[in-house]
Amino acid sequence: MYKNFFRYLISAIFLLGFSVNSNADFKVGFVYVGPTGDHGWTFQHHEGRNAVEAAGIKTTFVESVPEGADAERVIRQLAQSGHDLIFTTSFGYMDPTNKVAKDFPNVKFEHATGYKREHSNVSTYSARFYEGRTLLGHIAGKMTKTNTIGYIASFPIPEVIRGINAMTLAAQKVNPNIKTKIVWVFTWYDPGKEAEAAQALIDQGADVIMQHTDSTAPVQTAEKAGVWSFGQASDMQRFAPKSILTSIIDDWAPYYVERAIAARDGTWKQQDTWHGLKEGMVAMGPYNSAMGADLVKEVEQLQKDLASGKVHSFTGPIYDQKGNILVAEGKVADDGMLAGMSVYVKGVEGDIPK
Amino acid sequence: MIKIEKRNDVPMVLYFFTPFIAIILTILGGGIIFYILGFNPIEALKFYFITPISNLYGFSELLLKATPLCLIAIGLSFCFKSNNWNIGAEGQLTFGAIVGGGVALLFYNQEGFYILPLVILAGAIGGMIFALIPAVLKTYFNTNEILVSLMLVYVSKLLLDYLVVGPWSNPEGFNFPETRQFNDSSRMPLLFEGLRIHAGIFLALAAVMLSWFILYKTYLGFQIKVSGLSLKTAKYAGFKGKTMILVVFMISGACAGLAGVGEITGPIGQLHRMISPDYGFTAIIVAFLGRLNPFGIIFASLVVALTYLGAETAQIFLQIPKYIGQVFQGMILFFLLASDYLLFFKVKILSLKKNELRH
Repeated sequence: MYKNFFRYLISAIFLLGFSVNSNADFKVGFVYVGPTGDHGWTFQHHEGRNAVEAAGIKTTFVESVPEGADAERVIRQLAQSGHDLIFTTSFGYMDPTNKVAKDFPNVKFEHATGYKREHSNVSTYSARFYEGRTLLGHIAGKMTKTNTIGYIASFPIPEVIRGINAMTLAAQKVNPNIKTKIVWVFTWYDPGKEAEAAQALIDQGADVIMQHTDSTAPVQTAEKAGVWSFGQASDMQRFAPKSILTSIIDDWAPYYVERAIAARDGTWKQQDTWHGLKEGMVAMGPYNSAMGADLVKEVEQLQKDLASGKVHSFTGPIYDQKGNILVAEGKVADDGMLAGMSVYVKGVEGDIPK
Repeated sequence: MIKIEKRNDVPMVLYFFTPFIAIILTILGGGIIFYILGFNPIEALKFYFITPISNLYGFSELLLKATPLCLIAIGLSFCFKSNNWNIGAEGQLTFGAIVGGGVALLFYNQEGFYILPLVILAGAIGGMIFALIPAVLKTYFNTNEILVSLMLVYVSKLLLDYLVVGPWSNPEGFNFPETRQFNDSSRMPLLFEGLRIHAGIFLALAAVMLSWFILYKTYLGFQIKVSGLSLKTAKYAGFKGKTMILVVFMISGACAGLAGVGEITGPIGQLHRMISPDYGFTAIIVAFLGRLNPFGIIFASLVVALTYLGAETAQIFLQIPKYIGQVFQGMILFFLLASDYLLFFKVKILSLKKNELRH
């Protein structure tokens, strides 16, 4: 009883105190891991920030913040200098974000792609990128002539493995002979390494290339070699107009605007968000006309079905590489299984690096 | 016609004074850049150089950032003074962190006062061993230490990548490229509640005192300085050149290893891929800005650390691109080298006469 009473009292004081001057003073801070001009991950977060700014809310950003000892200072400085809501947009900021959140209970924190919410003022958010991968797999399965799909992967974390599996499952559905070849580059952003990996995959017979890294190097390499490719994180069409079939676009803007307004108006609550095609956090770039009208129609239908929930990326039966059943026939994988995914499905070549 | 002549009598006072000139010129140059970018230069410089250290927290962060730079630069000063060009401090830092971090992980479920000293010692030894590679190759196989030490940076970084992705990755960490959090017994004690500054600063101060003692009060220091001034003299005096090369590299590597261990047991608390934002390379600027003098290096490490903090504050308050920090670091080095050049050489502009052309 008393607890609730206090909670209401405190929130009432907050509402009274903050709603008077909140519109003028309210500020949102963003911490980026890369430069705003990377045309991938950070670029899209920056677009989201621009949308918040366009909604009439003041914002600040700090770019290229290393995920080491410096991150905590930058986050703390933003909290100290009057920012009310802070988005930390890389996995490596997880511990620093929670640490600073402890010392600034009145500041709200939003950490992208992490799983720790140690204090009530920390939310986490990520996107169901794997839904986009399902569409890529469908397209790749139809477009490949060599039945070999090349995949440039960053780190063997669940998010990346989920993408590989979702793509492979969708490709197998339209083309049972498909093989997925993977090169691990162990970096999120290294144009040189990514280009080399793309070339290696092309040399091994892959005629469709996709990547879970941030630079435009793989699509540019594919364009030069005359094979198909997909954009990652942002619409990369202009970097490889012939080669790119479509792009998976991370659209953070609606989420950022919603959360910023909620924090400003005092309705912000801790949550763990995992949005996909349905909410628009995952969007697709324009489809290349080289796919042919029929395939475009098919994919657009699949996109609608994934968004509505009629089709799920991980629908059983799904087997691992050894043939053990992972998801039974007629079942779909639950979010817990997806979040911890650490084995390849059947049809992926090689082992997960250990 | 321009003629360049060596000056014969360079006053030593000026030699220690030019770093200040370089810093003043950098501030002026920075002001001009801010002006060109469309910012009020005075305000921008204030946010850059004063705001970051205007409170206790900011000042403690400055010391935190300066600690590894100071440690590494002290080590490098031994190498540079004796004409050994160790460019790979970043690699020695990384390898020291790997060895020290390995020990910390070994004791992850144990408590004890002896763990942290072991971790620190392991880090120093790790850095030392890694620095011995270019040193041994130089002394016994005549390889170029610049190339070898630089290339070993990538070796150590790839080794760290391999370890945190593979065998040492946190078993409960969903395969993310990082190790477990270290146990409190292998963390540097914090000096003040709520600030990140830790006991590692005493390592840096001890290194400063010790290096001053070695360089100015011991026979080894004398050998190092003579070899730096003239290798031929050193040989003629019968100094054991090979041993000295090994020793300076070991000192340098140990310092870099300590810096690495200080970072992972201090603010970071685990091993992952981003343990150092190139401290090992930035410390080269620090060493030269400090005139390879132990106390000069303290001062230089604070100045260079401030360029990092300033870049962050300037972006937070004025949205000035953060890369301006690297521009500042570059400018400091440029102005320092330029003023050194003018200090040691006279530039004469001669008027041309016809008969002089024949010479």
